[in-house]
Amino acid sequence: MLEIRNLAVAVGGTPILHGIDLVVPDGEVHALMGPNGSGKSTLAYVLAGRDDYEVTSGSVRYDGHDLLAMEPEERAAAGVFLAFQAPVELPGVGNANFLRTALNAVRRVRGEPDLDAVQFLRIARAEAKRLSMPDDMLRRNVNVGFSGGEKKRNEVLQMAILRPRLAILDETDSGLDIDALKIVAGGVNELRGPDFSALVITHHQRLLDHIVPDRVHVLTGGRVVRSGGPELARELEARGYAGLDAEVA
Amino acid sequence: MTAEAFSGAGGFLARYEGLRQYLPGDPEVRAAAAEAFRRVGVPGGSSGKREEAWKYTNLRPLAEASFQEPLTSLLDADAVLNEVPRIAASRLIFIDGRFRPELSELPASVTIRAFADHPRFGTLVRPDREALVALNTMLAEDGAEIDVADGTDGGLLQLAGIGTEASGRATAFHPRHLITLGRNARLTLVETTTGRGSYLHNPVTEVHVAEGAVLAHIRLQDEAPAAFHVSTVYAEVAEGGVYDSFVLNIGARLTRTEVHARLAGANAAVHLNGAQLLHGVQHADFTSVVRHDAPSCASRQTVKNVLTGRSRGVFQGRIEVARVAQKTDGYQMSQALLLSPDAEIDTKPELEIFADDVKCSHGATVGALDPEQIFYLRTRGVPEAEARSILVRAFLTEAVEVVTNDAARAALERAVEQWWEREAA
Repeated sequence: MLEIRNLAVAVGGTPILHGIDLVVPDGEVHALMGPNGSGKSTLAYVLAGRDDYEVTSGSVRYDGHDLLAMEPEERAAAGVFLAFQAPVELPGVGNANFLRTALNAVRRVRGEPDLDAVQFLRIARAEAKRLSMPDDMLRRNVNVGFSGGEKKRNEVLQMAILRPRLAILDETDSGLDIDALKIVAGGVNELRGPDFSALVITHHQRLLDHIVPDRVHVLTGGRVVRSGGPELARELEARGYAGLDAEVA
Repeated sequence: MTAEAFSGAGGFLARYEGLRQYLPGDPEVRAAAAEAFRRVGVPGGSSGKREEAWKYTNLRPLAEASFQEPLTSLLDADAVLNEVPRIAASRLIFIDGRFRPELSELPASVTIRAFADHPRFGTLVRPDREALVALNTMLAEDGAEIDVADGTDGGLLQLAGIGTEASGRATAFHPRHLITLGRNARLTLVETTTGRGSYLHNPVTEVHVAEGAVLAHIRLQDEAPAAFHVSTVYAEVAEGGVYDSFVLNIGARLTRTEVHARLAGANAAVHLNGAQLLHGVQHADFTSVVRHDAPSCASRQTVKNVLTGRSRGVFQGRIEVARVAQKTDGYQMSQALLLSPDAEIDTKPELEIFADDVKCSHGATVGALDPEQIFYLRTRGVPEAEARSILVRAFLTEAVEVVTNDAARAALERAVEQWWEREAA
């Protein structure tokens, strides 16, 4: 599904990622852990297509295609979804209209007919209900006046409606209480299957108790310094990243 | 009368000299206005003085233009009427500043008189201070006097002003409107201005809102691209009354909308909201002065500019709070979206506060579309051009959603949507 080879990225002229190698096969969920400033969010943004991030070397293949050559909207249409760490507010844009525009844009590329407002609302209400989100969240402007937890749940709602093949969750668990965390995890687990892969960026073992990853990678200083099974996350929780740095050195 | 062209302040004065014995109303008021106009001239014109109030707007193109007598009698009225957006069942039609009762549909619960038959210059207007108000006072030939009696709901009324040129030459007209709401009266007045060719539309409107009355005054200015639109409103609101206004400036090559609102009784409210959508080399100036002369009043103002091409938007907002006006709640916000590197916005807020227990805030934002917002939409599959369009529409939707009357808001939304469709094309 996703093959990252020797990826180096600079932001504003400063190198952030120094040659990342990471493969997420079809049907697998991988966790990406690491201290603040290690480059996790930079990697997420590059995969989603932020054009102010400069790829200085390496390649990213998604389903065999050159992901880096695709526009952000082409990536979305091809099934790539980024749940933002800090979801963006869109004053004056209604959440339901936003979601329908997004879904129809993606459907159009897939050769599927547009959904009208009634058809769409039926789907959106059902998904909102499953994520225990109040109906009025669909009526409000996108993320405007939402609490931190509501913004994160709104990202998961978008994911549930767009049904991506590759989801990148950038600290979607931060700032969530345990109930919200279970809802977010449920949203990801719902999509799990042979045709769905995810890269879950988190600081905490806690989320990985609910979304059990197939692999865990540790990013420090812009490099993947260790990869392992789910037990690696528990080890990190116990020993911290500091111990790991010493081991690598 | 032969069609004679004039240019500059001298042209307007010559016209006054020629017409003065035929003009309706108190000749002394006219003479004093002519004297004031002779003194100050057209702001920005060669004889005009540089003034702070006209710092960002120069009327030289107007001062240098020649205007002649409208020849409305030659006009195919039906054709121009078709271009007027229909907003209300009751509407007053003015063509080139003249009331056309035979084309109008008069409201049942509101008294309408024509200025030509019943000239009243009002008590709030200041021709001695404002050159264009002096010009209007000197030359006004007609206008609408709208009266809503105590306790009466006047419903929805449209005042449609249509401008034309005469045989390919620019015309000038200066309608004089007077709107009076009695105690606890209500009215939603939607003013539309449209036209063809080149002309100067210089209306002056005086508004009196009595105790507990509510006037919603919505203006859709979509004048012809070659027109000048210069309007001045003076409003006074008594205790518990509300003057809730909104102006959308889309048309005309050069626009100045000036509003002077005075909160004269306690617990009164004034809303002076507006939006300006400009392209090409259009220039539009929204200038307002809100005077709090009584305690516990509120004034609210949000003005949005969306500018493309080499257009220029101006917002000057002044709030004055007198010593007696304790518990004043004043809010003013200017937001501009610049969609071109050559567009320009000038914002000048001014607060003058003499009371000590007041809450007054103002702010201004200027920017292009937010790249973070565009990126967010694109990651959801929305192509870039559509993402930009969604964000511009959102900005515009927010601007007009303060208008509570559904018919009026729908007309504004249509105008805004058409504007953006033209721009995005």
